[in-house]
Amino acid sequence: MAAVTIRYFASLREALGASELIELGAAQTLGQLRDALIARGPRHAAVLARGRAIRCAVNQVMADETVVVTGSAEVAFFPPVTGG
Amino acid sequence: MPRVSIQTADFDLSTEVAALRVGDAGVGAVASFIGTVRDRHSGVAAEVSAMELEHYPGMTEKAIEAMIDEAFRRFELRAARVIHRVGVLQPGDQIVLVVVASVHRGQAFQGCEFLMDYLKTQAPFWKKETTPEGAHWVDARVADDKAAARWGLPGANTAESTSAASAAAAAAAAASTSANS
Repeated sequence: MAAVTIRYFASLREALGASELIELGAAQTLGQLRDALIARGPRHAAVLARGRAIRCAVNQVMADETVVVTGSAEVAFFPPVTGG
Repeated sequence: MPRVSIQTADFDLSTEVAALRVGDAGVGAVASFIGTVRDRHSGVAAEVSAMELEHYPGMTEKAIEAMIDEAFRRFELRAARVIHRVGVLQPGDQIVLVVVASVHRGQAFQGCEFLMDYLKTQAPFWKKETTPEGAHWVDARVADDKAAARWGLPGANTAESTSAASAAAAAAAAASTSANS
């Protein structure tokens, strides 16, 4: 199994740190990754909870939670964007 | 001249317009937008004394380049430039510049508005405002999603789940192509 780096930004970064490693299961989707992160503990559960708006990116492109992640991917979770 | 710049430094509109137009006398219309830092957040009584802009280095540039590519596909543009500042800004400071050049004004106005509506809902920046009560992250606005959806863009920045995002994208696409909406 590969370990993929999850990057966090904004309020997620403040709560969970800039990045962390997670072991990747076979053919795992972003949604499944999020669930695995939620299971890591109360702080993860609080900020990544279902019902909270969380956006994600794979290899620096916006992605939805059905996207399958492979071992070499760069994955990021962040709040709804507020640029401009 | 790069089409997208993410920078801490300020920018000057007339300098950017001149650079955009140089060497292309076929340009008949230039339209621009500048976003600036307000000293108060709507709905909040406290004054904003500073705004900090975080971004996703690498993705930000790529994302805005892709938005400009889409603007060129949809509208008859001759040139486009986006500058977005990051770091700590003060009330009154310029944040973002979008400037586009076209042959006629209709395409220029539309291209400029399209790029801003797209950027507001898809470009990976996050604003944090400092007020007398402390610093807080700015919430994304549903109104911005609605503006994006008008162009047939996903408009699901504030959606709670990405199954909702897919549904919103499907609804926006259907609304823009079908008479039954």
